[in-house]
Amino acid sequence: MIDSQTMQAQDTAPEVNFAYLDERTKRMIRRAILKAVAIPGYQVPFGSREMPLPYGWGTGGIQVTASVIGPTDTLKVIDQGSDDTVNAVNIRRFFERTAGVNTTTRTHEATLIQTRHRIPEKPLVEGQIIVFQVPVPEPMQRLEPRETETRTLHGLAEYGLMHVKLYEDIARYGHIATTYDYPVLVNHRYIMSPSPNPKFDNPKMHMNPALQLFGAGREKRIYAVPPYTAVESLAFEDYPFEIQKWNTVCAQCGSTESFLDEIITDDTGGRMHVCSDSDYCQSRVDLQSEKKS
Amino acid sequence: MYVAVKGGETAILNSYKLLEEQRRGDPSLPELSVDQIRHQLKLSVDRVMTEGSVYDPQLAALAIKQASGDLVEAIFLLRAYRATLPRLGNTRAIDTSRMQLMRRISATFKDLPGGQVLGPTYDYTQRLLDFTLLANAQTGNSHPSHSSEKTLESHEQESAPRVIDLLNQENLIETFECPKDDPSPKDLTREPLRFPADRATRLQNIARGDEGFLLAMAYSTQRGYSHSHPFVGEVRLGEVAIEIEPEELGFAISIGDIEITECEMVNQFAGSKTEPPKFTRGYGLAFGHSERKAMAMSLVDRALRAEELGETIESPAQMQEFVLSHSDSLEASGFVQHLKLPHYVDFQSELELVRKMRANQLGADAGDSLDNESQGSS
Repeated sequence: MIDSQTMQAQDTAPEVNFAYLDERTKRMIRRAILKAVAIPGYQVPFGSREMPLPYGWGTGGIQVTASVIGPTDTLKVIDQGSDDTVNAVNIRRFFERTAGVNTTTRTHEATLIQTRHRIPEKPLVEGQIIVFQVPVPEPMQRLEPRETETRTLHGLAEYGLMHVKLYEDIARYGHIATTYDYPVLVNHRYIMSPSPNPKFDNPKMHMNPALQLFGAGREKRIYAVPPYTAVESLAFEDYPFEIQKWNTVCAQCGSTESFLDEIITDDTGGRMHVCSDSDYCQSRVDLQSEKKS
Repeated sequence: MYVAVKGGETAILNSYKLLEEQRRGDPSLPELSVDQIRHQLKLSVDRVMTEGSVYDPQLAALAIKQASGDLVEAIFLLRAYRATLPRLGNTRAIDTSRMQLMRRISATFKDLPGGQVLGPTYDYTQRLLDFTLLANAQTGNSHPSHSSEKTLESHEQESAPRVIDLLNQENLIETFECPKDDPSPKDLTREPLRFPADRATRLQNIARGDEGFLLAMAYSTQRGYSHSHPFVGEVRLGEVAIEIEPEELGFAISIGDIEITECEMVNQFAGSKTEPPKFTRGYGLAFGHSERKAMAMSLVDRALRAEELGETIESPAQMQEFVLSHSDSLEASGFVQHLKLPHYVDFQSELELVRKMRANQLGADAGDSLDNESQGSS
């Protein structure tokens, strides 16, 4: 069993401000968020703080969440679509300890959703905020590592580099070989990284009624997609954008419309597919058992 | 039947317990105290203070204890602690020519005002394992003799002007007059790093930078990747007063002393159309006794001045974006290690793509006999 002292030491919130960050820092981040909302898809530099969680674990998302969360909010945290992966659990605990807010796993109950790598299957509604954890905010970083250069390219809306990359994919493979972090054009102006969501989730960003905020802590950038903003996945007329499809269904809830994770069940090639969105899957299972009984 | 993975929270709490046991080690041995770490692992403490950007040996020692001796983790703990501390004010620039010297060496002049003071250093130890330490005994000369203390004191009295200032009497080295209304340097812990970064910002970045990274960068400049003909003008270790000038007071008051290591590197510069040839400078400063860090920093600082001095930028150590974006151990360690986090979704996407690409290729090669292998699951 767990040593009760260790648990207590780790579970008692130290004397920190509501949601950990001090109010001046929150104001600074809120100003960055407002600017980001005003210029959809534009990466706003901000004075990212060193959080008590490591860079790469979602410090950008945590700072954005900490700056917009209020005592009456209900928070949902997912990682890879699931509420139960250790990183999601850890971040949820962080806000339970430092902000004392209500948390939930149900997408529709949440006013604020922090996510890593997925958008929930259940459509978001007006008034909800979804906060994405972003590792690499610059969509062209792998093509041009110098930020001074990419900044200019964004300024001039000079996106030839990205289109050539997609074209070269088609020339080499016959299709665009990008499956996650698939670049999008926001509000017909800025090319933006959707964070490494699978491209399956890209269409959900388009004209979404919720406010979408993106925080990159290590790279110190915040960007946003306001509600009902056009988000278009880059493509060509003769090679339109397509999302992943599975020719199997979720082994738990039977969904044919969700993003499926592959689970290896034995060492002889046995595998099954289940929904990556654990709340979506569970709600469907619950609904089915209600109908039966 | 597959059951969705639950119980992440229990796993985390259990891991805390295991970590605690690992940290404590054999419980039959006495536990290390923070004071022991502070006083007996001084060089670790100094590195943690330097890269943690907090001058507090007690907290640095605590961080080292909590991190089981992992210095990068200890630096992280200290940085996270400092992140939300209030900024009460700025100190005046420290005056290192008024340092109480414990060590001061110059590689450019055999003797110089203030003299050479060897002080505590591993430089001339013969690296033989000292088995008397293993036997839990004191080494023969562990108590400083009176005579060595006296030598040190006599040096403290003598003024030791900086080598740079001596060279400057002949105008042989570049100078930087501190302007009257010198703007406060940007605080990188409050504002993001933007490029191009001025020298004050660059120095701030590499002062916090990972010692190993800076060492490798500095080393690369000695092996042909942007050679800068460096000489150690001087390395000095000692205590310097920290002064603040409260607005309502109108004069400076000392609030304490800190121990620092300073390195002034002297480098050749061929001159340009407008400038006669002269020596240029690279600067390094670290908390406590951190010579490797201060020296590496000064070499990297000099390399990063390439643009300002009209040198061709062709090596990594000269590239601002390369050096400054990758120098921070928290950023580097975090992003490298985040690969441990689940990536099921991204990997699933790649899996699907690779299968599709293989299917296409097999299809092109072997016509229609492909379905069994590639369509089993995707």
